[in-house]
Amino acid sequence: MMTVEPVVRVTGVAAPLVRDNIDTDLIIPSRAIRMRKDGLGASLFAAWRFSGEAGEENPAFVLNRKPYRHATFLIGGANFGCGSSREAAVWALKDFGIRGIMAESFGNIFYTNCIANGLVPVALARTVIDRLAADIERAGEGRHSFCIDVESCTVRAPDGSVVPFALPSLYRTMLLRGLGMIDIVLEREAEISAYERRGIADRPWTVPARREGERRQ
Amino acid sequence: MQAAEPPRTLIEKIWARHVVSEFGDGLSLVYVDRILLHERGGGIALAALSRAGRAVRDPNSVFATMDHVIDTFPGRTGAELVPGGAEFIDALRTGTAAHGVELFDLGDERQGVVHVMSPEQGIVLPGTTIVCNDSHTCTLGALSALAWGIGTSDIEQVLATQTLVIRRPKTMRIRLDGTAGEGVTAKDLVLHALGTIGAAGANGYTIEFAGALVRDMSIEERLTLCNMAVEFAARGAIVASDGKTFRYLASTAFAPKGDLWRRALNDWRKLRSDTDAVFDKEVAIDCGAVGAQVTWGTSPEDVLPIDGGRIPEPAQCRDPVRARRALSYMGLAPGAPIAGLPIDAAFIGSCTNGRLDDLRSAAEILKGRRVASGVRALCVPGSTRVKRLAESEGLDKVFTDAGFEWRESGCSLCFSAGGESFSPGSRVITTTNRNFENRQGRHVRSHLASPQTVAAAAIAGRIADARTVREGNR
Repeated sequence: MMTVEPVVRVTGVAAPLVRDNIDTDLIIPSRAIRMRKDGLGASLFAAWRFSGEAGEENPAFVLNRKPYRHATFLIGGANFGCGSSREAAVWALKDFGIRGIMAESFGNIFYTNCIANGLVPVALARTVIDRLAADIERAGEGRHSFCIDVESCTVRAPDGSVVPFALPSLYRTMLLRGLGMIDIVLEREAEISAYERRGIADRPWTVPARREGERRQ
Repeated sequence: MQAAEPPRTLIEKIWARHVVSEFGDGLSLVYVDRILLHERGGGIALAALSRAGRAVRDPNSVFATMDHVIDTFPGRTGAELVPGGAEFIDALRTGTAAHGVELFDLGDERQGVVHVMSPEQGIVLPGTTIVCNDSHTCTLGALSALAWGIGTSDIEQVLATQTLVIRRPKTMRIRLDGTAGEGVTAKDLVLHALGTIGAAGANGYTIEFAGALVRDMSIEERLTLCNMAVEFAARGAIVASDGKTFRYLASTAFAPKGDLWRRALNDWRKLRSDTDAVFDKEVAIDCGAVGAQVTWGTSPEDVLPIDGGRIPEPAQCRDPVRARRALSYMGLAPGAPIAGLPIDAAFIGSCTNGRLDDLRSAAEILKGRRVASGVRALCVPGSTRVKRLAESEGLDKVFTDAGFEWRESGCSLCFSAGGESFSPGSRVITTTNRNFENRQGRHVRSHLASPQTVAAAAIAGRIADARTVREGNR
């Protein structure tokens, strides 16, 4: 079953936002979260993009400048997406049009949320991150193009250089084929059932006890 | 002679028990013993399962509660305060009913912030694996469980398959040794450790907290300690169980009973890191000189001692660019002492410090004193049970007499839960876990500290060492 669109190769402009510890509260404020996955892009980085009560755009913020307003990628620092587990952070990024993030490292939960939603997380050494950010400056705004290739697990930088990145083959397959985790895991149903029989026999106390009268049928 | 098994860490032992299958590249399929849900993501995951025509594999292993969207006003009825909030509450009610999942709803005596409620109900047990749609699920490692915060897609997967795909953890041991100073709490120790190791310092690791100070901690203090592990970017945290753990669990509703309890104890007593176990990383922190701590910036790693602490020069910080921005956001200048900084509001509560001992230690400072004029102060118990126990001791009266609001339990002003925020631009001292920009309201400046320090600051109207307030006249 296909649950998200497959991602093989994505090309576009990258917005530099090289700061450490960009948290998911910043990416999407709690107040903006709704039951829906779409429409959240309007609140992406709300506190940085907009100012004042009227919410006018802050012209200095990178995503309010041409051509980053239509950026396909972000370049971040260490621990990008740390903090709250809110998957809405990934939904907001996708809704805004972001398809991949290159950063020194990621918040653990955020990384997995990216995979589940077809957003490509690319971890690169800090020296590479700094060079890519510098390349953008040198090329001048908009006169650069990145390509993230999931098939070969490489990033092509604006200067034509190619940088490899690590991606577990399970995650690579999910991205390339647009697969959800449930279907992949259910292929191992026999192993799960075998574990359940063994686990309950070995450690019966892990089955939750209930008080008298509360035990469900 | 029997061939010696290689020594293993506690984390590795629990992990090994739960591996169902391997995917390669360090990714494993692990069995999950307990699934906790709250209304911010639980309803979304259950609704997605229903739409896909899937069932919850083991509804008895799932427990849901309300904390993130509900408000905490006395006599609360619903969630009209959060934009779109009623939808989240309805979705959890509908989803749990449809899938046969236990829900501790509003009005249920067991309702509470998920990481306060689940230990006190005995849902969290040593040696188990637990997931929740919340990053502070690491809290639950205090009872020797491997507990992971995950996103809603992953929750959906665990509900359907009772398993999680997750990276094999790298292990880190943080030893807290030395004799802690008078009035130094678990919150102060973990803030100090954050300042030492940094907000990205444990990325990808699962931490075992050890050392004399951890052994001496109560279960509630260990819950505070493990709660902050995600602020080091850790995947989880754990403390080895001991007599305190077993006494804590013995009277809880969902812990095993009778013969099962005895068998469980036999197993749990063996669950600890072997003496020669090798951790991927070891950190030893001598806490002998540590006093009460408070944060100055917008990352939990921006920590200072209250006594003598001065706002740092950005150039001395880990990331000078971020530090400059933090100073500007917080309205602070390098070199100024942190003590004496005037505050507008004080908050006591949350999954970090919303437990009974936290409220007792704050009440000890507040008794017979009044909150400084112009300071807004709130106490939000971490669970309905904590609220009832506190009221039975008369703590509610101490808080209200001092000028604090006394609320129903929930996440409240830790972020904009229940639709409330602090006034724009206000400076808040708070027992919560995150001082991120705009988390507690638009341009709100948050300073993290212990319940005692927050109580002392509320009385003084400025950031203050609890010792000086305690010694002052009532």
